[in-house]
Amino acid sequence: MPKDTGIGASSKRREDVRFLTGDGNYTDDINVHGQAYVHFLRSDVAHAKINGIDTSAAEGMPGVIRIFTGKDFEAVGGLPCGWQVTDRHGQPMQEPKHPVLAHGKVRHVGDPICAVVAETLAQARDAAEAIELDLEILPAVINMKEAVKDGAPKVHDDLTSNLCYDWGFVEENRAAVDEAISKAAHVTTLELVNNRLIANPMEPRVAVGQWEKGTGDYTLYTTSQNPHVIRLLMGAFVLGIPEHKLRVVAPDVGGGFGSKIFHYAEEAFCTWAAKECRRPVKWTSTRSEAFMTDAHGRDHVTRIELALDADHNFTALRTETYANMGAYLSTFAPSVPTWLHGTLMAGNYKTPLIYVNVKAVFTNTVPVDAYRGAGRPEATFQLERVIDKAARELGVDPIELRRKNFVTEFPYATPVAVEYDTGDYNATMDKLIEIADIAGFEARAEESKKKGLWRGLGVNSYIEACGIAPSNLVGQLGARAGLYESATVRVNATGGLVVMTGSHSHGQGHETAFPQVVADMIGIPEDMVEVVHGDTANTPMGMGTYGSRSLAVGGSAMVRATEKIIAKAKKIAAHIMEASDSDIELKDGKFTVAGTDKSLAWGDVTLAAYVPHNYPLKDMEPGLEETAFYDPNNFTYPAGAYACEVEVDPETGKVTVARFAAADDFGNIINPMIVDGQVHGGIAQGIGQALLENCAYDEAGQLISASYMDYAMPRADDVPFYSVDHSCQTPCTHNPLGVKGCGEAGAIGSPPAVVNAVIDALQRGGKNVTHIDMPLSPARVWAAMNGATANEGAAQPAARDSGSAEGRSLGGQV
Amino acid sequence: MYSFELVRPKSLAEALSALKEEDAQALGGGQTLIPTLKQRLAQPSKLVSLSAIDEIKGVCVDDDGRLCIGGGTTHGEIVASAGDYPALVSLASRIGDPAVRNRGTIGGSIANNDPSACYPAACLASNATICTDHREIPADEFFQGMFMTALEEGEIVTEVRFPVPQKANYQKFAQPASRFPLVGVFVARFSDGVRVAITGASEGGVFRWTEAEEALSDNFSPEAIEGLTASADGLITDLHGSAAYRAHLIKVLTGRAVKAAA
Ligand SMILES: Cc1cc2nc3c(=O)[nH]c(=O)nc-3n(C[C@H](O)[C@H](O)[C@H](O)COP(=O)(O)OP(=O)(O)OC[C@H]3O[C@@H](n4cnc5c(N)ncnc54)[C@H](O)[C@@H]3O)c2cc1C
Repeated sequence: MPKDTGIGASSKRREDVRFLTGDGNYTDDINVHGQAYVHFLRSDVAHAKINGIDTSAAEGMPGVIRIFTGKDFEAVGGLPCGWQVTDRHGQPMQEPKHPVLAHGKVRHVGDPICAVVAETLAQARDAAEAIELDLEILPAVINMKEAVKDGAPKVHDDLTSNLCYDWGFVEENRAAVDEAISKAAHVTTLELVNNRLIANPMEPRVAVGQWEKGTGDYTLYTTSQNPHVIRLLMGAFVLGIPEHKLRVVAPDVGGGFGSKIFHYAEEAFCTWAAKECRRPVKWTSTRSEAFMTDAHGRDHVTRIELALDADHNFTALRTETYANMGAYLSTFAPSVPTWLHGTLMAGNYKTPLIYVNVKAVFTNTVPVDAYRGAGRPEATFQLERVIDKAARELGVDPIELRRKNFVTEFPYATPVAVEYDTGDYNATMDKLIEIADIAGFEARAEESKKKGLWRGLGVNSYIEACGIAPSNLVGQLGARAGLYESATVRVNATGGLVVMTGSHSHGQGHETAFPQVVADMIGIPEDMVEVVHGDTANTPMGMGTYGSRSLAVGGSAMVRATEKIIAKAKKIAAHIMEASDSDIELKDGKFTVAGTDKSLAWGDVTLAAYVPHNYPLKDMEPGLEETAFYDPNNFTYPAGAYACEVEVDPETGKVTVARFAAADDFGNIINPMIVDGQVHGGIAQGIGQALLENCAYDEAGQLISASYMDYAMPRADDVPFYSVDHSCQTPCTHNPLGVKGCGEAGAIGSPPAVVNAVIDALQRGGKNVTHIDMPLSPARVWAAMNGATANEGAAQPAARDSGSAEGRSLGGQV
Repeated sequence: MYSFELVRPKSLAEALSALKEEDAQALGGGQTLIPTLKQRLAQPSKLVSLSAIDEIKGVCVDDDGRLCIGGGTTHGEIVASAGDYPALVSLASRIGDPAVRNRGTIGGSIANNDPSACYPAACLASNATICTDHREIPADEFFQGMFMTALEEGEIVTEVRFPVPQKANYQKFAQPASRFPLVGVFVARFSDGVRVAITGASEGGVFRWTEAEEALSDNFSPEAIEGLTASADGLITDLHGSAAYRAHLIKVLTGRAVKAAA
């Protein structure tokens, strides 16, 4: 019987009522009395020297309050990077300055040069058009492999090259890996591109900065997934505002997918300009600005080699990846291709020897940072593609090849530093085979053939590391932050509770799921529990939401705080009922004394806490409010198996996703409906990456997919009805709820399933195509079927320097 | 958007006189023009909305049996009222989404002559006549290249007259992002011959594939064009497909249109 309340119940998302009826309170809904508007004049070229900025005509324009340039920010810090990677040789990465407004040079299309603050937005835009820029255009570097060549134009003149770091992992294993590969019975090699993506949350970014003359206090309202992180980074490193004088509020946030983790120039600008102008300053990103200023995702070019012995055991794995950083280091950019990617290269398999090399490269493009999955989709994609290719080369069943190499004993220490605490990869594969009806595939393929279509089946496994992370571990790995989470649980006199969490909900449904846990622990209705998040003024210092960490880390903090509440409440109950606190039981919102018929309602005890007439005042403070900080012992390791069936139109190359099934192991589940929704959304994004989405630059660094006219987002009719299942559950062994996290799985597990399916369809159709780079647009699939040439392995399909548009997208067919 | 004045005349005459003002521009459904204004890519001083002019709206059949559609008629109304020409209804029903179809007009679409617009293919294949406030222009002369038409400054498309073919079909292969046609093919068979118009594909905008027309006029079946190849010369290459791919699609879609129509 499914439960109808508490842990395990599919409680309806209470926040959706306000979201769906237009009653949400988003940052753009916030208008502060007397606010002015800022418009950023942005670079329309990828790389140029700023020889001069003439604002004289613009300053006299109607409504103009003040025009800022990079010079005004000389005394202000630049945007900091939150993670320092150490390279193969023990050297720290090259870390360029990242000014709030461009200074000296512009480095990507969209780089802000001037900020015009005016009474109205239209006036600010008008004045920006009257600014005269003297830009000396410089050659741009877009292609990563070109960027690291000697003599390439440098994005940052004060760095030695465009190479941010050359990372080796695990460097000590390198020789052994090389040797194992040279001795292997079979080596499968694949070159591929993990296409660059734009996050496209429904709500564009917004910032409203405010400064109170009377108190000297600053407030920033911003679209953020982690307001405390923004307060720390911006206050301490950019503007020099102590945290007690700075409040950061991230109210309802309309999706982030990672892109709202980072600290952006516009936030710092609005906060700082509010004091400079003595006026609140508001910025609302247009969709066009979002395309060229929100951090982009992925953009890896990889060569992967998988070695197998004669029995098809994986013996070694070697990868070389070029990872695009863009023009500056976004907040967590260096960690994505390294610690969030290299550590996952074992996948679900017991490959004993692994070596991962990553070269992070600066280019004249928008900074690249974490996007749903961050590093783990890149790892999963290469691994699951190369395994599929190996199975084809060896003529073995791709599922059996995977099973043969699955990790089956836990805990399992991988050769890439992490230890999987628990899992059962065969169980999710078995479940997948059932829900995907793999047995029925051949019959469906026959039906497709009758329609003139080629049907293909793609299957893969995935594993991810979520719930980031043990602070001491990430500290050693270069994080400049702790990664615990916090919660304060405040019980009101009449028994209702407020959970103030450092986690942030921007679509995930925390306001529903978190109360389910607390209500269950106490045995009260869910609507007696309210979640407060997103405001540094009324939540404890927390690290925010990303990496599927909210429930695993934030939820654990909430459980710990609630446990403290219950322990104290039991003491109060024991006092009132004149019993020993060890005899008190709390169930269904009632305190009882073991072995007696005495009982007290939850509300009686909470009232006593605040009206302490009959209360052990000598031993205990009144009140019922507790805080806990939870620092995890390990990552969590959600895993699963995905299957995709596609139909390919052999005449046009058009791919239609006919079926998609996902069998996930997320450990324990709090709200199955929300989990389904997270997986559905993730798969839609994964199908988007695999078939549609493509952030492309031309050679000059112009963003050519700069609007929805050219950047294809998945629509409802691009995706099928999914079969998702999360009944395979191996609970996490080290957090109190046994939960693993489900926010990114769909986006991590689905792209290889789609691509594997398309390759399968083409092979069944008699075309010897072994790989096509994402997105598998009709034009690319058609070109692949018709023998297009291989790519040059560059970052951006459009920036590749030979072959046709489609041919450039064909990976590794040399 | 720059600021502009908006007028909403009730008659064609008033609209024409309002359009005489320098930098005045007609506003149809605004589905193309408003996004352009938002990007500050156009700066008309005055917009003359055509949406209140009843005399340029609606669908009827004239004495010659032609389907006559007012220039201010929305795609949605065409779907609802142009049942006499099912291929045209099918074309209109696949433009954008309901919001676009409820605002966007046929007059705005053909006046704009986007190289990827759908109606120009229907006009050209149907040998339609485009009527303006002061003249009638055959489709073959109206479309003059990417975003270029025979229209003069301030001239308003008042009606489009479509001879209704015996058989017709429109094949739209959607560009994945915009869902405008990457290639669209309109095939129309009349008693005196077949016309094939291609949109989405050419740097020069909508055009007729005359080789296919000849072959299909002799034998209206997909096999008739098997031996033909559409030339890739002058076709568009962009993020979504090369000229060669578009040329390939022209042939595939023409075959499919003939099959669907026959
Ligand atoms: C999301 C989306 C998807 C779309 N998909 C498609 C598609 O698949 N296929 C397709 O064909 N189109 C598509 N369109 C375009 C749509 O059909 C537009 O409605 C059409 O191109 C313009 O018509 P309008 O009435 O909106 O004209 P407006 O935007 O108002 O005007 C366009 C131009 O025509 C001029 N104009 C308007 N009416 C007249 C007139 N009667 N006489 C003379 N000049 C006039 C205006 O001055 C302006 O220069 C799409 C649009 C959107 C927003």
